[in-house]
Amino acid sequence: MTVESATAARPAHTGSNTLRNPGMPLDRAMFEGHAVNRSAAERRTASLTARRSVKKQWQAAWLINAIRCIDLTTLAGDDTADRVRRLCAKARQPLAPHIVEELGLEGTPLTTGAVCVYPTMVPHAVKALRGTGIPVASVATGFPAGLMPLKLRLEEIRYAVEEGADEIDIVITREYVLNGDWQALYDEVAQMRDACGQAHLKAILATGDLQTLRNVYSASMVAMQAGADFIKTSTGKEGVNATLPVSLVMVRALRDYLDATGHRIGFKPAGGMKSAKDAMNWQFLMKEEMGRDWLRPHLFRLGASSMLGDIERQLEHYVTGRYSSASRLALA
Amino acid sequence: MNQIVDILKTMDYGPAPEASGIVRDWLARHGGSFGHFIDGAFTAPGQTFRVDDPATGKQIAEVTQGTAADVDAAVKAARAAQPKWAALSGHDRARHLYALARHIQQHARFLAVLESMDNGKPIRESRDIDIPLVARHFYHHAGWAEILADEFPGAAPHGVCGQVIPWNFPLLMLAWKVAPALAAGNTVVLKPAEYTPLTALAFAEIAREAGLPKGVLNIVTGDGATGAAIVGHPGVDKVAFTGSTEVGRIIRRQIAGSGKALTLELGGKSPFIVFADADLDAAVEGVVDSIWFNQGQVCCAGSRILVAEAAAPRFTELLRRRMDTIIVGDPLDKNTDIGAIVHPVQLDRIRTLVDKGRAEGVEIIQGAAPAGCFYPPTLATEVEPASILATEEIFGPVVTLTPFRTPEDAVALANNTRYGLAASVWSENVNLCLDIAGKVKAGVVWINCANIFDAGAGFGGYRESGFGREGGREGMAAYLAHRGPSAKKPEEAPAAPVATPAESLPAAAINRTAKLYIGGKQARPDSGYSYAVAGPKGATGLAGLGNRKDIRNAVEAAHKAGSWGAQTGHNRAQVLYYLAENLSARTAEFEDRLRSFGQTSGAAKAEVETTLRRIFWYAAQADKFDGAVHSTKSAHVTLAMHEPLGVLGIACPIAFPLLGFVSLVLPAIAMGNRVIAVPSQIHPLAATDLYQVIETSDVPGGVINIVTGDRDELSKTLADHDDVEAIWYFGTRAGGKMVEEASAGNLKQTWVEDGATRNWASADGQGRTFLSRATQVKNIWVPYGE
Repeated sequence: MTVESATAARPAHTGSNTLRNPGMPLDRAMFEGHAVNRSAAERRTASLTARRSVKKQWQAAWLINAIRCIDLTTLAGDDTADRVRRLCAKARQPLAPHIVEELGLEGTPLTTGAVCVYPTMVPHAVKALRGTGIPVASVATGFPAGLMPLKLRLEEIRYAVEEGADEIDIVITREYVLNGDWQALYDEVAQMRDACGQAHLKAILATGDLQTLRNVYSASMVAMQAGADFIKTSTGKEGVNATLPVSLVMVRALRDYLDATGHRIGFKPAGGMKSAKDAMNWQFLMKEEMGRDWLRPHLFRLGASSMLGDIERQLEHYVTGRYSSASRLALA
Repeated sequence: MNQIVDILKTMDYGPAPEASGIVRDWLARHGGSFGHFIDGAFTAPGQTFRVDDPATGKQIAEVTQGTAADVDAAVKAARAAQPKWAALSGHDRARHLYALARHIQQHARFLAVLESMDNGKPIRESRDIDIPLVARHFYHHAGWAEILADEFPGAAPHGVCGQVIPWNFPLLMLAWKVAPALAAGNTVVLKPAEYTPLTALAFAEIAREAGLPKGVLNIVTGDGATGAAIVGHPGVDKVAFTGSTEVGRIIRRQIAGSGKALTLELGGKSPFIVFADADLDAAVEGVVDSIWFNQGQVCCAGSRILVAEAAAPRFTELLRRRMDTIIVGDPLDKNTDIGAIVHPVQLDRIRTLVDKGRAEGVEIIQGAAPAGCFYPPTLATEVEPASILATEEIFGPVVTLTPFRTPEDAVALANNTRYGLAASVWSENVNLCLDIAGKVKAGVVWINCANIFDAGAGFGGYRESGFGREGGREGMAAYLAHRGPSAKKPEEAPAAPVATPAESLPAAAINRTAKLYIGGKQARPDSGYSYAVAGPKGATGLAGLGNRKDIRNAVEAAHKAGSWGAQTGHNRAQVLYYLAENLSARTAEFEDRLRSFGQTSGAAKAEVETTLRRIFWYAAQADKFDGAVHSTKSAHVTLAMHEPLGVLGIACPIAFPLLGFVSLVLPAIAMGNRVIAVPSQIHPLAATDLYQVIETSDVPGGVINIVTGDRDELSKTLADHDDVEAIWYFGTRAGGKMVEEASAGNLKQTWVEDGATRNWASADGQGRTFLSRATQVKNIWVPYGE
């Protein structure tokens, strides 16, 4: 019995979106004038998270599913090879053995969805994860601001791919969105998609910089039209990171893209999500708005660092009945 | 098999039950059987009836059928407690209301669980919506109690309030009724609905715990007969009812002529208007918040979706998909979106109506629901305005969808109903939203949202959705009386008009004919008869004997003058000032006319002078009696707009033939209403003289219509008329009763007073009361944020 029944069907690695998004020509009609009402989005997300609740073994299962969707991330100036190795160790074994045993999941492969690092850290991650099937994601394109010459940004993607990254988390040029220069945005993402080759492209929209939800919707749609396999909220470095209203709008954009083209796009909220409760809320959002398939790692990732620790503590509480302490569990 | 592994395959939510042990213990402690709460104590259970949990069909309690004697005891207790309660300072009453708010919060989960068990509503709603709003209501009204004397100078409580509430929001409706009543210094006898009496009884316990004085709050349980006994009890001064339009009409008739104040919050069939430029996903969620909230058992539910043809296919597709994720089931499960229908009787009603719709050829799309007293979310498409599903209030999770072509078309469809409670408007164009909000006949308009409530905003309807407001300043006013002077001697019925030739008339240079004044034109009475106008010694002239056809014509003319209400207050003020200017040029003529009725010169001069001042006063108010922006939720502008009632019938008192007429007609038209006025029956000629002044003063035709004749006969026609929105009657007690009874037909607002009560020459003859009576408050909710 494996947890991920679709595993066998996927040729590449566990986490990646199996079917690539081929993209389509830029079509402004799919987003220009598309109405997004912020008050309504806020109401929907506030109500949605109060409408759904999971308890007991369901709660445990949903927490485990969240682990499977985490892009376990380190994106700090003081990252080192050893730091990345430690992160990878946690990605390979996200739960302490006694918890796995108590949950009865010894026979069930359980890893995070991916690890996510800076380009120069990719070789260390690749080495640490060899043989595990855990994809390595690399940020690229002048992360987090993206304000480097395009040539260099494309070169950075090629570098990360050559070093073995399976997924590239690119950042878009916010200026193109703020000025409504959709053609420039489209061209940029399309070239990045080419540079990715076999690696999957995850487009970070930096929604905190885009400000309006209509910008978020438009940028989502252009990124998908240009061939993004995933759309992702934030770098984690903007003033506002992943929020539920922004996520709702992006998810509805990918649903609209699916309705129009038949291509399934993944979603990755990132930044600021620290708790098990956050993991639940975003999963509720995905299930309610998109259905069960978008709770699988090839269509849904949680970009987070400390969230895993909180989930592990909650699961320890579930198996022991006692509230847990982080000091007793392995650091990421 | 490891269950977690299985769950990981399906990612089902699993059960998330809310514990009900504490509530069950409470029911057991009462032996599952309850008496009434009268004078601070529970009575022993009498003849009881079952109270069931609708989700299981199992009995959870039994409560007592209130008898006439029970009601009598409750009213006596309320009566006895009222003077002392009213004599407390506002601050002291505020302390009591604050304590109630606090204790409600302290027992919040207990009340939420009990409410869900009794009513069948999902625990999410009782926990997150009902009970927090209950607490908010008591907090808000603790504030009103505190500042009442400052904010409502001269106002006094009515006395004992008889309140009958429905089963859809049992405790919330109790709060809406009880909080303002107590804040104002009234005491209360309240009957909760037969299906859902338990939270009212729990509230009584909580009130006792919080130290509310004995007799201030009395709860009597029972069925409609008990409600009728409360409403009809002579010891009750004010009646407040929320429930069906059918019962509202019965109550209106039952208490006609009793002098009791009345507010009614009745049914609705509210439009939900989606324009092509709306955020369609937001609008879909708005439907969920409207009709799939509280099982659709919501009087203000947006039950008629009107969607722009251009957006209809995508909107319908999104709505259909959304229906699939709605979870119908156990009210005490935290994942339940739609709980149990309150009672099998209601379930049958919903089924019957949907079957009828199906038989009409309407396409019905339904989600899933478990067996038992549950009904699935239901969408009816291809619904024409005549369909039973579009006209009848279903009171279930059933919504109709009808496409429209243009904004004008949307407004026409929206207003194509006898109700006028609420409306929801969806568009990203603020110009369009506010335009539609102004044109929809509804007491509450939600722009890009639905079913948003707050104690600081008024709630209540137009048309057959009732009258009066609950919440906000306007709601507080409904529990306060402005005691006028009482008549030393009631107005006597005037002699019937004599339409045969008079013995003699005073000689005039050239004979003058007083006609009726309809649609800006002088009109001969349809009857072809005239009647003698009384002077000091026999007849002093002739007036047209108006009949029902004249009233019909006048009402039609008044409706054609609808643009008067849309003019600026400044424009209306200009017309009114001009009216005064033209009248002032003819004061001698009007003084003569008044003297011809037997008035002294001094009295005649004073009446004309006061009339001029009064016209100025209402001209001054025309652009000043405006609304408010209520302080409600963050990031919402809640506009309380004063709107004219529409077409208003006015029956004038016998005395003060000129001033009485002007004192009533002027506030009405200053606020944008159009009137059909029946002047003093015996002295109508001062009013008919006025039409020449009206004609020369640019008052648009149809704004003021004058029909002379038999006041009560003409008032009856006006009160019966389905296209008249309100009637003011200043006359005899019997006439007032007749008007109130007849007004039950379309539930028009009435203002009935003994014609002899007011001294129109004094300050009693003008004021903000008149302007309040001439307007209704429309609350428009506009959320904002980018």
